Amino acid sequence: MLARILALAVKEFLVLFKDKRSRLVVVVPPLIQLLVFGYAASFDLNDIAYALYDRDGGYAARDLAARFEGSPSFRSVGRITRQGQIAEWIDARKVLLVIQIGPRFTADLLAGTPAPVQILIDGRNSNSAQIVQNDVSRIIADFNRDWTAARGLQGMPVNLITRAWYNPNLESRWFFVSGLVGLLTLVVTMMVTALSVAREREQGTFDQLLVTPLRPLEILIGKATPGLVIGVLEASLVVTIAVFWFGVPLVGGLGVLYTGILLFVLAAVGVGLMISSLAATLQQALLGAFLFLVPAVILSGFATPIANMPEAVQILTLGDPLRYYLVILRSVFLEGAGFELLIDQMWPLAVIAVLTLAAAGWLFRHRMT
Amino acid sequence: MPVCPLRALDVHKSFSAGARSLCALDGVSLELRPGVVTGLIGPDGAGKTTFMRLAAGLLVPDAGRIQVLGLDASADSLAVQSRIGYMPQRFGLYEDLSVRENLDLYADLQGVSVAERPARHERLMEMTGLGPFGTRLAGQLSGGMKQKLGLACTLVNPPHLLLLDEPTVGVDPVSRRELWAIVDRLVAEEGMSLLLSTAYLDEAQRCADVVLIHQGRVIDQGPPARFSAPLRGRTFHVTGAPDGRRRLQARLAARPGVLDAVLQGDAVRVVMAEGIQPAADASEESVRWEPVEPRFADGFVALLSQGRDRIALPEIAAVSRASGDAIVTEGLTRRFGDFVAVDRLSVAVHAGEVFGLLGANGAGKTTTFRMLCGLLPPSEGRARVAGVDLRHAPAEARARIGYMSQRFSLYTNLSATQNLDFFARAYGLRGARARDRVAWALDAFGLAQLAGAESGSLPLGYKQRLAMAAALMHEPDILFLDEPTSGVDPLARREFWSRINALAEGGVTVLVTTHFMEEAEYCDRLAVMAAGEVLALGTPAEIKARAATPEVPRPDLEQAFITLIEAHA
Amino acid sequence: MRTRPRTLRLRGLLRKESLQILRDPSSLAIAFVLPVFLLLLFGYGVSLDSKHVPIGLVIEQPSAEAASFVGAFRQSVYFVPRLYPSLQDGRAALRNHDVNGIVVLDGDFAQRLKGDRDAPIQVVVSGTDANSARLLEGYVQGVWSSWLQREAQARRIPLPVAVEPVIRIWFNPELASRNYLVPGLLVVNMTLVGALLTALVFAREWERGTLEALMVTPVTIEEILIGKLLPYFVLGMGGMVLSVIMALFLFEVPMRGSFWVLAVCSTLFLLAALGMGLLISIVTRNQFVAGMIAILATFLPAFLLSGFLFDIGSMPPLVQAITHIVAARYFVAILQSLFLAGDIWTLILPNAAALALMAAFFLGLSRRLLRKRLE
Repeated sequence: MLARILALAVKEFLVLFKDKRSRLVVVVPPLIQLLVFGYAASFDLNDIAYALYDRDGGYAARDLAARFEGSPSFRSVGRITRQGQIAEWIDARKVLLVIQIGPRFTADLLAGTPAPVQILIDGRNSNSAQIVQNDVSRIIADFNRDWTAARGLQGMPVNLITRAWYNPNLESRWFFVSGLVGLLTLVVTMMVTALSVAREREQGTFDQLLVTPLRPLEILIGKATPGLVIGVLEASLVVTIAVFWFGVPLVGGLGVLYTGILLFVLAAVGVGLMISSLAATLQQALLGAFLFLVPAVILSGFATPIANMPEAVQILTLGDPLRYYLVILRSVFLEGAGFELLIDQMWPLAVIAVLTLAAAGWLFRHRMT
Repeated sequence: MPVCPLRALDVHKSFSAGARSLCALDGVSLELRPGVVTGLIGPDGAGKTTFMRLAAGLLVPDAGRIQVLGLDASADSLAVQSRIGYMPQRFGLYEDLSVRENLDLYADLQGVSVAERPARHERLMEMTGLGPFGTRLAGQLSGGMKQKLGLACTLVNPPHLLLLDEPTVGVDPVSRRELWAIVDRLVAEEGMSLLLSTAYLDEAQRCADVVLIHQGRVIDQGPPARFSAPLRGRTFHVTGAPDGRRRLQARLAARPGVLDAVLQGDAVRVVMAEGIQPAADASEESVRWEPVEPRFADGFVALLSQGRDRIALPEIAAVSRASGDAIVTEGLTRRFGDFVAVDRLSVAVHAGEVFGLLGANGAGKTTTFRMLCGLLPPSEGRARVAGVDLRHAPAEARARIGYMSQRFSLYTNLSATQNLDFFARAYGLRGARARDRVAWALDAFGLAQLAGAESGSLPLGYKQRLAMAAALMHEPDILFLDEPTSGVDPLARREFWSRINALAEGGVTVLVTTHFMEEAEYCDRLAVMAAGEVLALGTPAEIKARAATPEVPRPDLEQAFITLIEAHA
Repeated sequence: MRTRPRTLRLRGLLRKESLQILRDPSSLAIAFVLPVFLLLLFGYGVSLDSKHVPIGLVIEQPSAEAASFVGAFRQSVYFVPRLYPSLQDGRAALRNHDVNGIVVLDGDFAQRLKGDRDAPIQVVVSGTDANSARLLEGYVQGVWSSWLQREAQARRIPLPVAVEPVIRIWFNPELASRNYLVPGLLVVNMTLVGALLTALVFAREWERGTLEALMVTPVTIEEILIGKLLPYFVLGMGGMVLSVIMALFLFEVPMRGSFWVLAVCSTLFLLAALGMGLLISIVTRNQFVAGMIAILATFLPAFLLSGFLFDIGSMPPLVQAITHIVAARYFVAILQSLFLAGDIWTLILPNAAALALMAAFFLGLSRRLLRKRLE
């Protein structure tokens, strides 16, 4: 029995790597996605284009302006000299925000009356707008603290000391790149497995397999092995690149990480094989995999938090293996979580794996053609 | 004097596949006679399809010229294309459009005016018999009907020249005969010129002219009689061997001076080399030699087998087999929705017998095969193979059967050796035993030279050998062959059947389906199926006798088959 | 009357293609079901706006001040506060993902506040999801400063007067992320029909041998191309109209620009997408490879490199350069402005010109590469 499974697994690898197309699918998309995602996927704004409309010209206004100029994430595009220019520049997306300092700014400040500064933000990208808003508030708060301190004024003796655990500089690249391990593992594993049965059905070799003494369980193990091996290797590759190229810290233990990887890859193999056993042609399998992947990624919390989704959609995410895997990855990577914290993420993966693999094995013989 | 429909002058064409360059046509010159059917005949890879595509203006020759209806096929391709009809091998139908919609599309494309359409349409429907199926989707038609629709689509605007690329591959004898009836009418009533490529040698006899091409060169051109005439006095029926026709055939084939020896009913048909007289061995006193009329096929084989190495037949050890019935079905039925694919099939196949299943496309042959092999559960009834139901039997029981499907299912991107190796191990062979079997297969099937080549790139004949070798790795007792010779050229078919003969002699039970009636003659017993039912069961001679009518007292198997099917419908 | 052969041929091809679309469930699925599904998913399911974030308030010693602080968090729509008696409990809750952040009031908070001594408030957020963490910090800051102001008023402590930021967000004052995700999603949807579907169906004709039969008829290449493009153009526009209707009436995204500009720009983008789809299928002639390339070269870039989700300005220069060959980038820029800001010509004209250029390039190249030959 072992010899037969081994023969099947060896054949699967040969088929996979002798075919130029399959090699393409396994190697090219992950590399492209890794590079593009790794560099493109980030909510951080490090180049906020702004313009200053300084109608005051006093030294307090210059001081405030200097703080924006000195901030690494802000970039001055130019100075606005007339009111009409504000709308022009924002409309044309030349700047993301305009800071308008009123004509009595320095005078008001020195006189001890509130000195308003108008901040006009382009809200077309609401997420960017919100981040800009926070950044601007922080810079102005800093200015105020220094200004009052310099003049010996005192208000409430309370201040806010903020710290971020796990990611002190709040780099969203850490978040995305660790999530990328999950995304790429899923894509590659799905592609390897989703095509494997459908291709054989299309070529007629699946019937040939079924008339050999191989049992469905043996076929299942033989078919799952390449997906499992390639998925784990892919995950290892991406983990390596994430740590050594993108500099994401890996705080947790490799044991927990690989338990998670193994469970997830099994679940992905199960889903892939199930889609593949249902499909009659390569085309259907490809479409099926695509139709699974897109929602699976969107609902996984890869880019947007699951907690922000409505209740009904949140329930839907419970069937998404990527959801659990991303939590495991990010917890292990950034938080250094151990088994005791992650067991609730691991057992659903095991359940999904068992169910889908069983369904795939059953479909081998029972799907009518 | 009408214009010459097609003239080729020293046409060369080669394709580059990776680093290799493949020469498809190597200086082909030929001329078609107007108003007749010309057959383009040759083995696989002879360049038939390439020539058709060049004539249709789909390819440009590397050197030489092709003139179609007086126009240059590559320079004036648009003008040529408005005057010819061309049916590619896969018929070129849109499967998700209905019969009517396919016809309308081609009428639009060919610029048939709206006024002319109803009359033309009616005529095509009458000719093809597709009238009642106007609204059916092309994808739901049977193979024979698809072929007729494909033909009708090329005829919406009556072409001056019709090019048909292997129109009869995988199509049953009834549909083939209907196609030929249409072709004959086109020539007689519309004066059309036709060029038709085919792998069926009996069809060559129906052509007015035959062009025989081989390895990209024209071997000869002329009426079919020209090919068979030189063989007069060299063809014989040999009968009366005491140890059975198969042994006799094997002995005759091995004899020097014998170009061809095939089974035909109870006799062996023998073609002798020129100048060699048949001499009965002293040991074979009972064997009678009876001269017969040569056919086109004899000429074809004689011409082409000269340069070809005769391969040694595989040594197949005669393992002692259980006697009795190898395959038994009782009331075997399979429904798909309302459609009854197989209807209460009850047959028994004896051990060591070559049993043929004949039937039109869609008669239920493949469904029967799939049920017997345990790939499809029957709706009713029972099927026992080697004493067990393969659907529920332990996996080891499947080790006793071999299965070769219609499409020569191989892992196309693995090499021949890798395919064989995998199947050997999947059947549980290991170590030295597996290596021995792979070596045996490469040797016995003449695959050794191509052992490292990707199986997908092999010529069809080699794919077929490889598929058969794969099905035989574990020396099964029972072999299932589903249309094992479809699309394979005549020489490869002969080799294939020699192997089947040797297997049967070794005691292996063979269940086979085929559309080639000459091949049906090789079987010990036949079952003729239509619409899921068995119409007749018996030896080829018995089947022929059953179909005898006062008009045709001694029908050949094809006539018998058609008579039976038509009597049923 | 005799119809001209050219008209007849074109009519035949158009009818054939339309019938095939109507009968093929998978093309209808890609054209209508998938876009609607994605729109619903993004419109309802996906949001970057955090509300009701669980936050832990560690109150080591209950007091009136602490209670008013908790009250401020209770009133905020952004938070669902949970109380913890000790720092240890709070940290455990953060570690278990029960809360996304904790705010710590030390045991002597009230005393320090009364005694005018420094009374620091510690905030710890989980930085795993950096974006959410940053938004959370902003929300906490907001709640804190309004609490501070109220408290100061109640105690009649004058707050030191300084700069007062008056922030106004243009185009999307309530910062609803839906208003910017939905227009961007229209681009993704159109890419699906234009490039992916077209690449698949044209490659299918190569594979099934129907193109071979088509080519030996007197049709010209232009007719084949138009016969293929027009139905999918209509299909793509149909999907677009459906998506716009959903955007306007279901998700109530404002439409401040003019519809004719939307129509013209959609046409340009769809032509570019169709051109890409055609080109891919002409080069590959194989459904499987065409599908893979279409996803890699059109679908993923439309998602990632178009500015639909991620800010292009913050990408490294090399990646920014790549975005210039992504047609979706120009269309996203047009759509986000068209919906939320209006007809801003300084933005629309250059982007539309880029789209027109890409459409001309891809269609022209397809025309050049497609021959009535099988080689």
